[in-house]
Amino acid sequence: MLVDSFRFLPRSFVPLYQSPAPLPGEEEPVWAPFPARLAEASVALITSAGLHVEGKQEPFDAEGERRQPTWGDPTHRVIPAELGERRLGMTHLHVNPTDALADNNVVLPSAVLAELVADGRVGAAGPDHVSVMGYQQAGLEVWRNETAPAIVELLRRQGTDGVVLAPV
Amino acid sequence: MPVLARRIEAAGIPTVTVTMMPDVADALLTPRVVGVEFPFGHPFGMPADRHTQRRVLATALDVLAGASRPGTRVDVDIEWPQPRGEAYKAWQPAEPSPIVAMMLNRAGRPGGDGAA
Repeated sequence: MLVDSFRFLPRSFVPLYQSPAPLPGEEEPVWAPFPARLAEASVALITSAGLHVEGKQEPFDAEGERRQPTWGDPTHRVIPAELGERRLGMTHLHVNPTDALADNNVVLPSAVLAELVADGRVGAAGPDHVSVMGYQQAGLEVWRNETAPAIVELLRRQGTDGVVLAPV
Repeated sequence: MPVLARRIEAAGIPTVTVTMMPDVADALLTPRVVGVEFPFGHPFGMPADRHTQRRVLATALDVLAGASRPGTRVDVDIEWPQPRGEAYKAWQPAEPSPIVAMMLNRAGRPGGDGAA
C-alpha cells in the first residue's frame, strides 16, 4: 500500500504541501546509524500534539497563537513515561483533541512502548518522552536554536539510543 | 517535525518519523519515514485500538533499527476504519485554526468551517 499523503487534507491545502522543497540549510541528508539491537536499546517518543502534565506543567500557549496566527508556541514539555495518577492535557488548535485525550496512545504510544519493553522486543523506554506543539512557522527558529538542543541534551542524559517522532 | 528529526539525527541520535504525510516528510529529507493513511491527529490509530497502535509503533521501531540509508520510507498497510467523509470531519477542530481563519478572512470568507 502506498499511503496517499493528501487523503484527509482539505483540497484547498493540497497545493501548499504538494511539492515541498528542503528548507534553506536543510538540503543535505542527515544520518545516524542505529547503535544497538532493538532488544537492548532505549527508545524515547516525541509527539507534536502539544501535551502537558496537568497540574504540574503550563499548557502550551494557545492565546499567543490566536493573537499571532503565524506563530506557534515553540517550547517543549518533558512527559514521564510513567504518569502514575497524573493526566495529560492537550493544546492544539489545528486538530480535534478528543481521541488523543481519550487514549494518549493515539499520539504518544507510551503504554504500547511499555508493552514492547515488557515483551523483550525493546530494551527500555524513556524514562522521559517529549511533547512539542505542531504548527511552527514564526517559531521555527526557536525550535532550531533552543528547543532541539534542549531535547538532544535530555535524550543524551537519559541514554536514548533512538527516537520515534510523530507529528499530529 | 522534519526539522526536529533532522536536528536530533545530526546530533547522533537516530530517528524515525511516523506521519500522515510521508510525501512531505520524504521531500524534507526526514531520515526515516513511516507513512500511515490516517486522519490528522491520529498517527498511531484510533483510541483503544491497541492492535493498530502496536503495529504502527512496531513498524516504526523496525525501520528505526533496520534502515540502512537516509530516505528510507515504509508505509503501513492499514485502512482507516471510518468512511473518509466521516473521518475528514472528525479530525478537524471545532473552530478553524488561527492561520486558517486568517487565510479565510483574506480570501473574503469570514468564519468558515475549518475545512477551507
